[in-house]
Amino acid sequence: MAKAKVDKPVNNGVNVEALFGAQEALKNAPEAAKFKWRATVKWIKGTHSRTTVENFYGLGAEQKHKTKYAFDADHPEIFAAEDNAATPVEIVLAGLASCLTAGVAAVAQARKVQLRSVSATLEAGMDVRGILGVDEDVRNGFDGIKVTYKIDADASPEDIKAIVAQSQKRSAVYDIITNPTNVTVEVV
Amino acid sequence: MSWWLAARSIDHVVLERGEVANTWRTERWPSLTLLTPNWQSRLPGFGYEGDDPDGFRTLPETIAFLERYAGLVSPPLRTHCRVTSVRRAADGYEVATAQGTWQCKAVVLATGGFNHAQRPKLSEAVPSGIAQLTPVQYRNPGSLEPGGVLVVGAAATGAQLADEVQRSGRPVTLAVGEHVRASRTYRGKDMQWWMDATGLNDERYDEVENLTRARSLPSFQLAGYPDRRNIDLNALTSLGVKLVGRLAGIRDGKAQFSGSLRNVCELADLKLNRLLSRIDQWAAENGVSTVDPAHRPEPTRVEASPPLGLDFERAGIRTIVWATGFRPDYSWLEVPVLDPKGNIRHDGGVVSEAPGLYVLGLTFLRRRKSSLIDGVGDDARDLSAHLAAHLGATRLGKAAGRL
Repeated sequence: MAKAKVDKPVNNGVNVEALFGAQEALKNAPEAAKFKWRATVKWIKGTHSRTTVENFYGLGAEQKHKTKYAFDADHPEIFAAEDNAATPVEIVLAGLASCLTAGVAAVAQARKVQLRSVSATLEAGMDVRGILGVDEDVRNGFDGIKVTYKIDADASPEDIKAIVAQSQKRSAVYDIITNPTNVTVEVV
Repeated sequence: MSWWLAARSIDHVVLERGEVANTWRTERWPSLTLLTPNWQSRLPGFGYEGDDPDGFRTLPETIAFLERYAGLVSPPLRTHCRVTSVRRAADGYEVATAQGTWQCKAVVLATGGFNHAQRPKLSEAVPSGIAQLTPVQYRNPGSLEPGGVLVVGAAATGAQLADEVQRSGRPVTLAVGEHVRASRTYRGKDMQWWMDATGLNDERYDEVENLTRARSLPSFQLAGYPDRRNIDLNALTSLGVKLVGRLAGIRDGKAQFSGSLRNVCELADLKLNRLLSRIDQWAAENGVSTVDPAHRPEPTRVEASPPLGLDFERAGIRTIVWATGFRPDYSWLEVPVLDPKGNIRHDGGVVSEAPGLYVLGLTFLRRRKSSLIDGVGDDARDLSAHLAAHLGATRLGKAAGRL
């Protein structure tokens, strides 16, 4: 059993009190919990595009990031492209990595575990015969994703595993990737 | 509750829609057993006196047990007296039944939390031609069509039915979401012996860290069979049951499963190991020695790439069993005390918004053991004390005191 360690306050830079407050407030206000996330993309050239995000909706009102963020995407040269930026599938991995890692920090904070360092590597397999249309039986997307965390924290290995497991349980991107989502694409 | 009300000389009547043990008689499958050992069915003024304290009651034995208890308590019982509405009245409540209307100062809702077997919305997308059953409709494997069976849900019910159906020769695919792994015995003693001895079963609702979560946890993956076998996922895999992730969707006649199977198994393994650590720590502190030393079960075996989809037709699935949980039925309750999810708002069984209204027999109502036969006695004692105070206060024209 892990004994109570130092009495030093745990600080992973996550304001869990605010999150717990939101949890409590939204229990009785399900409408305010409905968010809309948005992105805008512009084709630049070839496989190169730029997606920006700025506005979103939540807590019953239009919201705005502090600034507009841009994400370029392209394909690597071995796909006969210019490699101006990361590939979209790598951006998906970035989304998963960031989401799980934010979750690790928040869960650790809620469980009063001080983190010293957190890093992870992600690897996703893909058979490109799918996207190239070589074989209809091959899926376009990943055939699996492997995430490997290295965490240095004031906690037992079991407790650290439990934090990572809980982070997956509460992760939006983990859910988006592991469960089907209806996608509607229209041209106007 | 009737035992305690009688002990406090409170006039009351017990209304039963059918016969004593009605749910057990009419709404459960024949092979169901109690999940708690015989010694643990302790009711006020009633304990186990047979010669198999560590055994588990079968369904007929459970019915006979409840009948014997009813005989002992001999409550003022009205059978075949279905309640059709409970509403507020000037001086308490008005209870309409199949046998007329009652006026009373207090009402205890002891209908429990397991009235309706839930079926998720996505069951509507199941291709026609595949039989769909809830555990209330299920009888035995022989009543299923020959062929594959998809069992959705891996709490006690889903795991028990997966075990039973697979043993009948019908190949089972089990869709597994969040679940609570358990082992029938640990260090040579029944898991419920440990839960009782360590005081975990007595942990109170106002002591537990996250009550909402404690109340919504799936049941232990346990069965009460004479061979005391486990029905955790490893045991089911060894039988040949195929594990897949949570059923996430049905599209074009195909089931889609979540890719989260590995994590839900990891969560369950970690949770079980935390429980076993608490048990080991308690055993060490209390000088309890066992022949079997402390050990940890093999982690749940999950294949490298569990299938994410299943074509019902190609996989030969003929039946789906929805072991996706039960819900209480309050369709007859005309007192506005339900939360948006349809559960009664209460403080340890006291419905504070409706003085004189009580609820009994729900998961973690006042204690971890609240939904066990073993737990109802203590809850009824506490609530009957509150109820007596309420009646006393009503008589004095004062508001009821809090527990």
